[in-house]
Amino acid sequence: MNQTRLQLMLCGGTGCDSTGSEKVRVALLKEIEKQGLSGEVEIIITGCNGFCAVGPVMVVQPEGIFYQKIQPEDAAELVESHFLKGTPLQRLMYKNPANKKIIPKMDDIPFFASQVFRAMRNKGLIDPEVIDEYIARDGYFAAAKALNEMTPDDIIKEMLDSELRGRGGAGFPAGLKWRFAKEAQGDIKYVLCNADEGDPGAFMDRSILESDPHAVIEGMIIAAKAINAHKGYIYCRSEYPLAVKRLNIAIDQAKNYGLLGNDILGSGFEFDVEVYQGAGAFVCGEETALMRSIEGKRGMPIPRPPFPAHKGLWKKPTILNNVETLANVPQIILNGGKWYASVGTATSKGTKVFALSGDVCNIGLVEVPMGTTIRSLVYDIGGGVPDKRKFKAVQLGGPSGGCVPEQYLDTPIDYEEISKVGAIMGSGGAIVMDNTTCMVDMARYFMDFIQDESCGKCTPCREGTKRILTLLENMCKGKGQPGDIELLEELSDVVMHSSLCGLGQTAANPVLSTLKYFRDEYEAHIFDKTCPAKTCPALVKFEVDPDKCKMCGLCFKGCPANAITWEKKAVAVIDKDKCVKCMSCYDRCKFDAIM
Amino acid sequence: MKNTIRPQHPDITAQMWDSIDEIIAKWKNTPGSVIPVLRECQEVVRYLPSEILMYISQGMGLPLSQVFGVATFYSFFSLTPKGRHNIKVCTGTACYVKGIKESINRIHGKYNLKEGETTEDRKFSMEGVRCLGACGLAPVMVVNKDIYGAVSADKVIQILEKYE
Repeated sequence: MNQTRLQLMLCGGTGCDSTGSEKVRVALLKEIEKQGLSGEVEIIITGCNGFCAVGPVMVVQPEGIFYQKIQPEDAAELVESHFLKGTPLQRLMYKNPANKKIIPKMDDIPFFASQVFRAMRNKGLIDPEVIDEYIARDGYFAAAKALNEMTPDDIIKEMLDSELRGRGGAGFPAGLKWRFAKEAQGDIKYVLCNADEGDPGAFMDRSILESDPHAVIEGMIIAAKAINAHKGYIYCRSEYPLAVKRLNIAIDQAKNYGLLGNDILGSGFEFDVEVYQGAGAFVCGEETALMRSIEGKRGMPIPRPPFPAHKGLWKKPTILNNVETLANVPQIILNGGKWYASVGTATSKGTKVFALSGDVCNIGLVEVPMGTTIRSLVYDIGGGVPDKRKFKAVQLGGPSGGCVPEQYLDTPIDYEEISKVGAIMGSGGAIVMDNTTCMVDMARYFMDFIQDESCGKCTPCREGTKRILTLLENMCKGKGQPGDIELLEELSDVVMHSSLCGLGQTAANPVLSTLKYFRDEYEAHIFDKTCPAKTCPALVKFEVDPDKCKMCGLCFKGCPANAITWEKKAVAVIDKDKCVKCMSCYDRCKFDAIM
Repeated sequence: MKNTIRPQHPDITAQMWDSIDEIIAKWKNTPGSVIPVLRECQEVVRYLPSEILMYISQGMGLPLSQVFGVATFYSFFSLTPKGRHNIKVCTGTACYVKGIKESINRIHGKYNLKEGETTEDRKFSMEGVRCLGACGLAPVMVVNKDIYGAVSADKVIQILEKYE
């Protein structure tokens, strides 16, 4: 690919970009020139590396040495020590929190070691804005094979053999979807890519689009051949400006190389892709709503059937696949469906990407084989809960999902097994929560989200979510009534069974799953008027426990409302008239003395 | 387009109207293009006063109900003026778990500003956004185009005071 001695793969994903990777690039470039290493050392800006928690990150190839939290001021020392004198700089390497040992190589770091990269195989290895680098990693070989050597039935057979299920959350077999669309009558058909990643706490698709946009485009070309479509859209949310930019660059480059447009690779097949930017509506992740949005209408779902495979965009047969699903397609075509299905469980094959975040040490993007346990995800890769706090639950599937508590951590990652414990696989958001998270407040949070994003078309979702939200809000304010829990359950049942689309049908999941595992917290809010996690300000008394107060004054120093009086060797006192209940004192107190 | 009279509006200059005409002309014949038209017009004027919606409806030959319906459906479009500095607070799950709520309360306490509002002097406007996908930096706040990670309630006012 290139002749330089060392390649510095500097992460330019959204996470690292905002912690200053561009400034690091400029500083490194200056130092490299200063030391006369310009011909030998090259900086390549890659897409998201995945280990966002320690950004900006950089991997030095071919050695595979991993540097974290690089600041522009480190550039001089780094260039001189490592790239000039050949001594890697230990100060910037990853330290294993368990034994404080330095781990120089990326592949040895536990966060990366247990992962298997398929959908994310190119992340951090190529410059996403250069098509040649993608091609050098066997890019577009699968498209060439599909267009020139395979019939639509061959492609669909490989997809069915792979048993790849939709990675957007519902898990519908992708090959089956393609077969329906292929068999549908019509001269005009569409291939759509759902990049409207709306689940809060999920950023898998953003990362794939930013680090390997060509994989998604190639997947779409193959899908187009399978169903004989000639036009595709990538529906990308506007909150992801970098992903949109890179997609547009990738599409232009693919057109220039004759990989999109008329007569692709001499096959006579024609296909074109366009990016369509969303405008901020969660419900547009639902397939029929997404299609209405591309048509320029309000993004409201319509009842199915007819299914989009028969009547989708502009009433033409359409397939819609998620970003991660499409990113897997080229390798399935190259290596065969059987290869893909060789990893995983009986009903869930291949790998799944998760966005691990919340109260966990190693926040970032991880790809694991299906069948890995949730415990392994949280502890082996995620490094567990920081600050010696206690694990409480991990929330999977966002506002449509549920939480998995401690006792079910050994559940394997598998569509069916996860739904058995009351959560869903979802698109891959995994938010870890420790003992300072109130589960009633969490349910309230998700319901607030759903209520806000409900399109308002069908009554159960529009009104039901509002009533559920009111109940939860009252509980958090200490106004919960006996009987509220039963009412919550009844309302949840109605909303789930009578809403039109997936948004409403799953809206009550966060409530039901927290009720299932943390009913005692609901009861404490209603009957004892206390919040066990001390998250709901209305239920914290804001009094100092004189037995626990160590008279350190930390609460006094942090109070923004000057509501605390304290002197050395005296217990602090909170003036309730001045207190704004901001929780600052509670967060600062190391002795749990604020009641 | 010639028959459409440009309405008077204090926030829209003649130059802006020219750009709006260009946008409408560019998209007029593309079906389903209301969203890109609204997006580009909002980039020009920074929000969408009702005069623009009427103008677009006439220019594109679409019912006003459809233009208005789309503009009010999507959270990206704002029918009220934005401040000189737009604060986006991420209210995604990771940011929520990590305590963005306290930061929002502090902003409210200091500037009397709630989500979806603009201060009277039009200095700041604040919007809550659902997950910016930068959960590794949670809690996240974006002011204009500057991204701030690990925004604690104690730091938030300091950050905002940098903006004039």
